Amino acid sequence: MNQPFSLSFTLEILPLLLRGAGVTFLATAGGFLAALIIGAMLFATTLRPFKMLALPGRAIMEVLRSTPLLIQVYILFFILPNVGLTLSPIVTGLIALGLYHGAYVAEAYRAAMSHIPRTQWDTIEALRFPRRAAFRHVVFPQMVSPLVPALGNTFITMLKDTPILAAVTVPELMFEANEVGSQTFRYIEPMTLAALSYLLMSLIAASFVFLIESRLRVRFQ
Amino acid sequence: MSTIISFQGVSKRFGTTTVLEGFDFAVERGEKVAIIGPSGSGKSTILRTIMGLEDVDAGRVLVDGETLWNPEDGLTKATASRKHLHHMRAKVGMVFQSFNLFPNLTAAENVAAGPRHVLGLSKHTATEKALKLLAQVGLSDQANKYPSTLSGGQQQRVAIARAMALEPQIMLFDEATSALDPEKVGEVLDVMRSLSRERDLTIVVVTHQIGVARALADRICFMEGGRILEQAAPAILLEHPQNQRTAAFLRAVHLT
Repeated sequence: MNQPFSLSFTLEILPLLLRGAGVTFLATAGGFLAALIIGAMLFATTLRPFKMLALPGRAIMEVLRSTPLLIQVYILFFILPNVGLTLSPIVTGLIALGLYHGAYVAEAYRAAMSHIPRTQWDTIEALRFPRRAAFRHVVFPQMVSPLVPALGNTFITMLKDTPILAAVTVPELMFEANEVGSQTFRYIEPMTLAALSYLLMSLIAASFVFLIESRLRVRFQ
Repeated sequence: MSTIISFQGVSKRFGTTTVLEGFDFAVERGEKVAIIGPSGSGKSTILRTIMGLEDVDAGRVLVDGETLWNPEDGLTKATASRKHLHHMRAKVGMVFQSFNLFPNLTAAENVAAGPRHVLGLSKHTATEKALKLLAQVGLSDQANKYPSTLSGGQQQRVAIARAMALEPQIMLFDEATSALDPEKVGEVLDVMRSLSRERDLTIVVVTHQIGVARALADRICFMEGGRILEQAAPAILLEHPQNQRTAAFLRAVHLT
């Protein structure tokens, strides 16, 4: 079925898709925040003070990274109610994105920390810095600049993972585009619009990351 | 004088490499000692052991009359309490070859960090203390600069001020001037020399730069293969070495 691209139809569905894009952005931002927190907790299990949690932490990370996001979404949405925990679609989405990407974020934290030279740790020990002060004033600030590109990557990957949330009826961009398509049998406009929206959001996120990176480069000088 | 550092029959291995074996060594309070010798002779290991960064496999290390390491008594890195290490490390300050300043903090913040977070001084008092110490090492005008913008000699002087800010009884210098451009050695050496005039401060310097050892030390120890082969006052050891390994080492470094 070869249809020409209809501008009037595009304008007609634009508000609906913009609302979907808004939900996509919120899901990504919320999922990203959840991933930062869950990632920090998983990362903490790899540190010496929490070594009794090392094994369970490792196991959880393996499971999260080795199973598809869609299955994790289904487990949260369709199986958890069987044990008495019912989550709304959007909450399911945020938790699933947070868990799945949190496992990768934990790895990014670990990589950023391993970036800190051994000699810095010697100095922290020699100066007798308490753990918390050392982390806050010396270790964490040095983790930031290697973290920025990795987390930027996570954000954009997560943005492109949000269509999976359509599977549990989160009214995000892809869900709305698909609704339009299946109701009107016109796919070219909603899909083009959706693709452009993802592209635009990705580009904005990428330039934001670039901006932060160049800001960080001029610091400490 | 009383003994402030004492190694008693110390053995230390890294994997299959034995660095120290039945090692005995003592430093008196207020003494300035330089340890010279070829690389891999175990010099740096001695300093790292005194600082509490490395433990020992056998024997005992005492600092200021208290046992720092003794594997037979549960005093190893894996088994000693944080409190014990904290207490023992308080006696010692260390300056490293690669300066090791915190790159995210200014010179003043690097020096103030210890007084603030370790000694618990207020931010204001800690900063005042840092500025005073930076003035002593001749860096008042660089206080608000980040390490990456300072020369090696300036960075090392900040590192010395940072270690002194915690008021140690013992200062350790691990090849502190070895990574510097030759023309910057003097400015760091001047700071070290002024520290060496403090009567109560014990100083142990590890170096392969004979000039640095000569300028600072009351006693020079020549070390090779994990053992001290010869020790004497600088004039004696450097001019009239008794051991032929010492003589060979001195000849070799004079040639370079």
